[in-house]
Amino acid sequence: MSAEILTETIHHVVLVGVSIAIATAIGVPLGVFLTRRPAWSRLVLGVAGVLQTIPSLALFGFLIPVPVIGGIGTRTALVALTVYGLLPVLRNTVTGIAGVDPALREAARGMGMTDRQLLLRVELPLAASVILAGIRVATVIGIGVATIAAAIGAGGLGVFIFRGVAMVDNRTILAGALPAAGLAVGADLLLGAVERRLRPR
Amino acid sequence: MLDARVAGEPFVEFDGAGLRLPTGKTLLHDLSLAVPEGETLAFIGRSGSGKTTALKLVNALLLPTDGEVRVAGQSTRTWDAIRLRRRTGWVIQEVGLFPHLSVGRNVGLVPELEGWPAARVGKRVEEMLELVGLPAPEYAARYPHQLSGGQRQRVGVARALAADPPLLLLDEPFGALDPITRAELQREFRGLQARLKKTAIFVTHDMREAARVADRIALLAGGALIALGTAATLRASRDPEVHSFFEAGDT
Repeated sequence: MSAEILTETIHHVVLVGVSIAIATAIGVPLGVFLTRRPAWSRLVLGVAGVLQTIPSLALFGFLIPVPVIGGIGTRTALVALTVYGLLPVLRNTVTGIAGVDPALREAARGMGMTDRQLLLRVELPLAASVILAGIRVATVIGIGVATIAAAIGAGGLGVFIFRGVAMVDNRTILAGALPAAGLAVGADLLLGAVERRLRPR
Repeated sequence: MLDARVAGEPFVEFDGAGLRLPTGKTLLHDLSLAVPEGETLAFIGRSGSGKTTALKLVNALLLPTDGEVRVAGQSTRTWDAIRLRRRTGWVIQEVGLFPHLSVGRNVGLVPELEGWPAARVGKRVEEMLELVGLPAPEYAARYPHQLSGGQRQRVGVARALAADPPLLLLDEPFGALDPITRAELQREFRGLQARLKKTAIFVTHDMREAARVADRIALLAGGALIALGTAATLRASRDPEVHSFFEAGDT
């Protein structure tokens, strides 16, 4: 069974890693866009917030009959996990950039930075630790939620949990739960350390 | 107006410049004055007098709603704002240094934006830090939070001078410093100006500072120019607002 645990752990990490990467790739640019168009901000953050409240098992279930992005298996799980990862990344990007001292923004403009330079050289670097905090939250949530992906045949450590529940066998449940908890703690510590390094002094 | 000493060609001209907000509030009203090349002019006034507004009209951070402001003969409306700002050194209170960039990178920022080769930027950073008394080997790699207030302000001046702009704008640059450091920096600024002879506009609320750093002083109140002249001519003025600034400075 230990070989199977390793396989599913790797699969679990891939599920979470890929979905967080997608959530970041969507969430950061979208968050930047929202800081430029504050009127859209409430609507988009509201929608992302509502998606977040859908119970995870229900979201996986809802996605099964959906064409293209749905069905049974890994792809559907990635979509669901991305949806959950989006809100923390998005919200922290908006908060992080909005939190940049307006005096610094004006200093950057006064020195002749273009909008793009202001974003890349000042706003994003100064917001980096806050954005990373969002990615960290999304990752930790994602590691937990990904255990449910097994319910729709997407594999991951949830395989052992569902099997253990069905067999009423705590050892099997723990074979999934313990590595998942370990991953969550590890990811939290690792990303926390990166976040501290990025924090502006 | 008390005095209109003209030393050279006007480099910055306010021509009936005014700024009204959409709400109808007037921040600056019908300001006309010229800053000749090489002169240091101080805008002095209370909070809300329009002095910072006037300064921001020069580098097009704000555009006038009435009249115009000309830099090197060209209206700020027709200047490419990015070009104008890179040719204008801008010094503000200590918040202006980027906390995530080292001192060296802060100083080299405008040359870097201008696309100077890295070696030339590095050399320039060394020269500038030397100029303001912060030797590069010791200070270039530090971060702003590792410096004292006075050192940060020196870095701010070095940064503003780095791309060798003909024009300097200083918005209460020494406002957050203790009186001793402040006097020291005022003296250093005077010394630098004697050598570099940049056209400079210096915003302050302190008459003593204005008298120390500037050739001429423009006193603003309620968004309007009340008096313009040297410290000596202003001191002789009977205008109560002008007088109150000298009294405040004497205490």
